[in-house]
Amino acid sequence: MSIQVQNVSKRFGSFQALSDISIDIESGELIALLGPSGSGKTTLLRILAGLEGLDEGAILFDGENITGVSPKERKIGFVFQHYALFRHMTVFDNVAYGLKVRPRKERPSKAEIAKKVNELLSLVKLDNLADRYPSQLSGGQRQRVALARALAVEPKVLLLDEPFGALDAKVRKELRRWLRKLHNEFHVTSIFVTHDQEEALDVANRIIVMNNGKIEQIGTPDEVYENPKSPFVYDFLGNVNLFRGRLHNGKLTQGQFEIDVPTYLDSHEEAVGYVRPHDIHIEKVQTSNDTVAATIVHIHLLGPVVQIELKRDDIDEYLEAEVTKEHFNQLGIKKGDIVYIRPKQLKVFIPEDFSI
Amino acid sequence: MTKPIEVKQDAPIVINRTATKSYALQESAIVKWSLITISLLFLALFLILPLITIFVTALEKGWDTYVASITHPDALAAIKLTLTVVLIVVPLNTIFGVAAAWVITKFNFKGKNLLITLIDLPFAVSPVIAGLIFILLFGAQGLFGDWLFANDIKIVFALPGILLATIFVTFPFVARELIPLMQMQGVTEEEASISLGASGFKTFWLVTLPNIKWGLLYGIILCNARTIGEFGAVSVVSGHIRGLTNTMPLHIEILYNEYQFTAAFAVASLMSILAIITIIIKNIIEWKAKEV
Ligand SMILES: Nc1ncnc2c1ncn2[C@@H]1O[C@H](COP(=O)(O)OP(=O)(O)O)[C@@H](O)[C@H]1O
Ligand SMILES: [Mg+2]
Repeated sequence: MSIQVQNVSKRFGSFQALSDISIDIESGELIALLGPSGSGKTTLLRILAGLEGLDEGAILFDGENITGVSPKERKIGFVFQHYALFRHMTVFDNVAYGLKVRPRKERPSKAEIAKKVNELLSLVKLDNLADRYPSQLSGGQRQRVALARALAVEPKVLLLDEPFGALDAKVRKELRRWLRKLHNEFHVTSIFVTHDQEEALDVANRIIVMNNGKIEQIGTPDEVYENPKSPFVYDFLGNVNLFRGRLHNGKLTQGQFEIDVPTYLDSHEEAVGYVRPHDIHIEKVQTSNDTVAATIVHIHLLGPVVQIELKRDDIDEYLEAEVTKEHFNQLGIKKGDIVYIRPKQLKVFIPEDFSI
Repeated sequence: MTKPIEVKQDAPIVINRTATKSYALQESAIVKWSLITISLLFLALFLILPLITIFVTALEKGWDTYVASITHPDALAAIKLTLTVVLIVVPLNTIFGVAAAWVITKFNFKGKNLLITLIDLPFAVSPVIAGLIFILLFGAQGLFGDWLFANDIKIVFALPGILLATIFVTFPFVARELIPLMQMQGVTEEEASISLGASGFKTFWLVTLPNIKWGLLYGIILCNARTIGEFGAVSVVSGHIRGLTNTMPLHIEILYNEYQFTAAFAVASLMSILAIITIIIKNIIEWKAKEV
């Protein structure tokens, strides 16, 4: 099912939780709603599910305005942040619930319900725990019950609020992979909330970045990561080095750096260059005069990548660079060495572009 | 300059403090045992002793007199009236209590705090005043007195008055028991139920009610005990008509005032048995509720 969110605003008292949100989601997409805590992700998800009302705007499912339709009628599967399993029901009864509560005419027979529930339980690999109560399950198992329960009603849209939020790293990765696989099989339009950029980049086919109740950017993981539209997105998606300097004749000057920024030929003002750690070029011997000297302060070995903390010699500022293990070995550098650095790629934002 | 972004994770807060024995609070054996002795003496003096007295006095003149006292028509009428009141008041207050707790904990609306305050009102007001309110409203000289007389409706000095007064005094019990429980449980299970397509009624029946059943039973037991024992408010509105408007506590008082001590204590012993049964059921419920 396709979803349109049209100019949706929501206030809680005087607090503006969402302002003028518009999103177009095509049928079968897997969308990540990414943003810091309090940015309005849950609120937006609850509005889509009909659990929360909205002050302005409209929600369309398959082109049909369902703004006033009750959650009961929306055919949505909602996976709550803390699972919200029915604590007095077994795993089996939890999953069967959505089918059991259907009006008599639409309700499948007991045998059909049992068959369906067992199918779902084997899908989430919980066949042998059908008789347990939620309190007897681990976090990851509860999460899978919540998912099976939501899938049992064959929803047209699956909404997941921080589905992996409260789980430990290993279980998270596993469930993440599993969610993508599930989505590949069922093609149900899915939106999941997360505040973990890695999760969003890894799982989603499109990412919606939110901040302060507004949308900062919508795009594929590549677009959002490689081409952030705002400093906030740059900052939020991965580590970043800031080069605060002045624009002059198409160059950003900062300390001894003079970096070409042809898009800002006519600007003469304060600006900030954003450079990802892996876009910092490092050399041991100076080969060109557009590099500056820096001292290696610390080296973190993180498996295949190596993080290098640097202190610039021209101005009193620290930088973080990232190189592959292979490249690091070629460089043959160690803590305390002086190296020469330059940004390979940099994106400039003029402070008036954004509010800090 | 790298700036790591701090993300606050909304993790559930788990409060787990089951230990009641604290190492830091360990007292010397003397202090401990004298406190225990004082508590036990106090209980014996004010609870066990009176209870024994009731049964001893009730059976003083033999089993036959005891049976005769509680099968006396007036006594039977009082028992019947009390049971009638229980059968009407307890279900009504259960429904009211659940409904009030439901709206207070699951919805946000204006006047919510006023409603909570009003629910507590009977705890703050003396039962005698509660009774007087109904006399002032429905008595012969009361606000609606003339109209009621003209339409031949009897409220005061009749069953309706007793019911009204008892309802007033006992309506906080169920609601008071449920509100904290339902507040703690929140609304997410209900939301899950609705999003799975269940109606409001099914959600209440299949999700809310099973989650609150022990608290609800507990509230009903307390409400029931108070309904049986209520004296002050009922005394004001009943009119003490023998065989008609005397509940068990009122009947006991009349017998006592007429120096029929054995009969008074015989009926009192019945009420005491009810009270003991109540306490046993209450403990079973508490024990069951803890298990879940
Ligand atoms: N029912 C509510 N009443 C008042 N404020 C709320 C309510 N729900 C959410 N908010 C506020 O709206 C903001 C966004 O909340 P939420 O959507 O839960 O953020 P997120 O899920 O992105 O962490 C928060 O500041 C929160 O305090
Ligand atoms: Mg949230």
